[in-house]
Amino acid sequence: MNAESWHRKDLLGIADLSPEEIRLILDTAESFREVAERPIKKVPTLRGKTVINLFFESSTRTRSSFEIAEKRLSADNMNFSTSGSALEKGESLVDTALNLEAMSPDLVVIRHRAPGVPHLLAARLRSGVINAGDGAHEHPTQALLDAFTIRRHKGRLDGLTVTIVGDIEHSRVVRSNIHLLTKMGSRVRVAGPRTMLPPALEALGVEVHTELEPAIAGADVVMMLRIQLERMNRKLFPSSREYFQRFALTRERLGAAREDAIVMHPGPMNRGVEIASDVADGPQSVILEQVAAGVAVRMAVLYLLSGVREEEG
Amino acid sequence: MKLLVRGGRLVDPAAGRDGRFDVLIEGGVVASVAAEIAPPAGCEVVDATGLVVTPGLIDMHVHLREPGHEYKETIRTGTAAAAAGGFTSVACMANTAPVNDERAVTEFIVTEAARHGFARVHPVGAISKGMAGEELTEMGEMAAAGAVAFSDDGRPVVDTELMRRALLYAQHFGRPILQHAQDLFLSGNGVMHEGEWSTRLGLPGIPGLAEEVMVARDLLLLAETGGRYHVMHLSTARCLELVREGKRRGLGVTCEVTPHHLLLTDQAVADTTFSTNVKMNPPLRSEADRQALLAGLADGTVDALASDHAPHHADEKDVEFSAAPFGIVGLETMVSLGLDRLVRPGVIGLGRFVELLTAGPARILGLETGTLAPGRPGDLTLLALDREVTVDPATFRSKGRNTPFAGWKLRGAPVGTILGGVPVRLP
Repeated sequence: MNAESWHRKDLLGIADLSPEEIRLILDTAESFREVAERPIKKVPTLRGKTVINLFFESSTRTRSSFEIAEKRLSADNMNFSTSGSALEKGESLVDTALNLEAMSPDLVVIRHRAPGVPHLLAARLRSGVINAGDGAHEHPTQALLDAFTIRRHKGRLDGLTVTIVGDIEHSRVVRSNIHLLTKMGSRVRVAGPRTMLPPALEALGVEVHTELEPAIAGADVVMMLRIQLERMNRKLFPSSREYFQRFALTRERLGAAREDAIVMHPGPMNRGVEIASDVADGPQSVILEQVAAGVAVRMAVLYLLSGVREEEG
Repeated sequence: MKLLVRGGRLVDPAAGRDGRFDVLIEGGVVASVAAEIAPPAGCEVVDATGLVVTPGLIDMHVHLREPGHEYKETIRTGTAAAAAGGFTSVACMANTAPVNDERAVTEFIVTEAARHGFARVHPVGAISKGMAGEELTEMGEMAAAGAVAFSDDGRPVVDTELMRRALLYAQHFGRPILQHAQDLFLSGNGVMHEGEWSTRLGLPGIPGLAEEVMVARDLLLLAETGGRYHVMHLSTARCLELVREGKRRGLGVTCEVTPHHLLLTDQAVADTTFSTNVKMNPPLRSEADRQALLAGLADGTVDALASDHAPHHADEKDVEFSAAPFGIVGLETMVSLGLDRLVRPGVIGLGRFVELLTAGPARILGLETGTLAPGRPGDLTLLALDREVTVDPATFRSKGRNTPFAGWKLRGAPVGTILGGVPVRLP
């Protein structure tokens, strides 16, 4: 598969993608990666294209990553977040989207706390829609940047054992990663307190663990999820202290993984809750590489969805 | 005024009839039912040759939205939808604005319904004032004005003591308590069934347990209080088992199920890419639950089919899945869905299907209708078993267009209703 054979208007989730499409995005991201190493970090690829970043949920990392990706591609971009917007004045989501559509953007990047919102907009808008996280459903560009990082370190995405630890029930990162890694032929284990495991996880093709050590044993990749401390009031876990005791990744526990295992985290981290500082900053950690990969992967997605090569051809 | 319905196949399960019978109605009530009746002088004749004739169908669970939410539905449009859907009687829930928690509101509904004359309307009064779940309503006053049952539908009666008192007090008026069974702690902020599909879609789930815990609690109360208790829109296998067990023990428990819980599962949320027309409460359940409900229809555990007709304005449903209101319309699809998807494949026979829409609900609500015997109201429904229809919300009489069945091709349809001996003509 090459860029010419990409025909999707939207990137809504990993569940919809074929392994070939995933490979194409990652290969395209490789070619954009070196832009970050140039003295002038800008290419003209999306000149004259307009991208709207529509963030209905606070986000620093994902939004700035998209913004930088857009700017490096020379797109005109505009940020739209909930505070001070029409939504606070009672406008419906669909009306907001149609109003934005009237300004003829080429792409809309959307983050919303409700699953399915990118799908709702994609069905209404002529412009391409990129899901930047919809509730606990999907976060496709996060899984793609994780895969990009894993592939750079392991040289492949098949035959690996990847362990994901944390609040599985409320994580969009975990769902997109499960889809991507199982499609590419890796084995995925998930682990967390029983109160944070949703029902019927096995149906997604993963191994489910309720203890950390056996989940990590022999893993090539250990991915720790952010624990949302505000959930402590919601009957999921009693304290960050007890969580750390049972589920945090410490240097000692990491010893059960393969010697060359890498440690990942989608950020932002809670040091001392889900991950010990010496692991986060240790030699096996690739957490900051993930952030760098995010820009390259998002450039690739923006490029593929923008359809520029069709016009050039 | 006399009306003879002649030449049809009469299916009246309560009367033990399934065959060629004529029905003569005089002065609004059934005068006689016989194999062949010669039309008396001055009698209007309805030729039902090739059609199935049933006692007027009853939908015991609808939301007519008036007073207060006339932009969603009115008593006029809702009863027109009922007639178009083959129903001569509906029971309407109390969650209007104001809530039907006092005699004046009950009287308003009865009067307004009589003014249009498309179908009989039996108001269901609220159990608690304002449906706030705290104080009992004046059930006696409402019963005198026509309330046939009591329910806080839309909201479960959470307070166990209130439920106990309601079960006791309603017995003075011979009325059942209809429960929307849902443990609000377990359902939390859920928007779909908790199971594989909620896990895949990342949507907060409503576990089947939320319904089952409540029904189990209520049945424990019922064993002490006596009286009659009805589970509305029952949706899970274990809940059905609780009802079955309750009946075996001789408790006054009944239940209804909806066509959507019989024909769709939680997978529909994924298959429709988050369509808000598959969002209802209780939610569409698992395939195992659906199969159990079908079995319960056949084995007699289920007492009634009901639509839970819940019209909403298109703008309210045209939002993100989590934010959309629960509920779908059902009055104008229930009969065809049942004939095509339950009767035609042999899940249940035609007689049982008719029973679930006539004698079943009539028994629960204590209605005179539901069977055709001399002196009973002259309400009839005519069905054409071979008529092919495609569900098209644009043709609905209801103001609500929120249905997951749009585009379904179905065989079998209602073709007319007769209310108190008068063929219902819709404008």
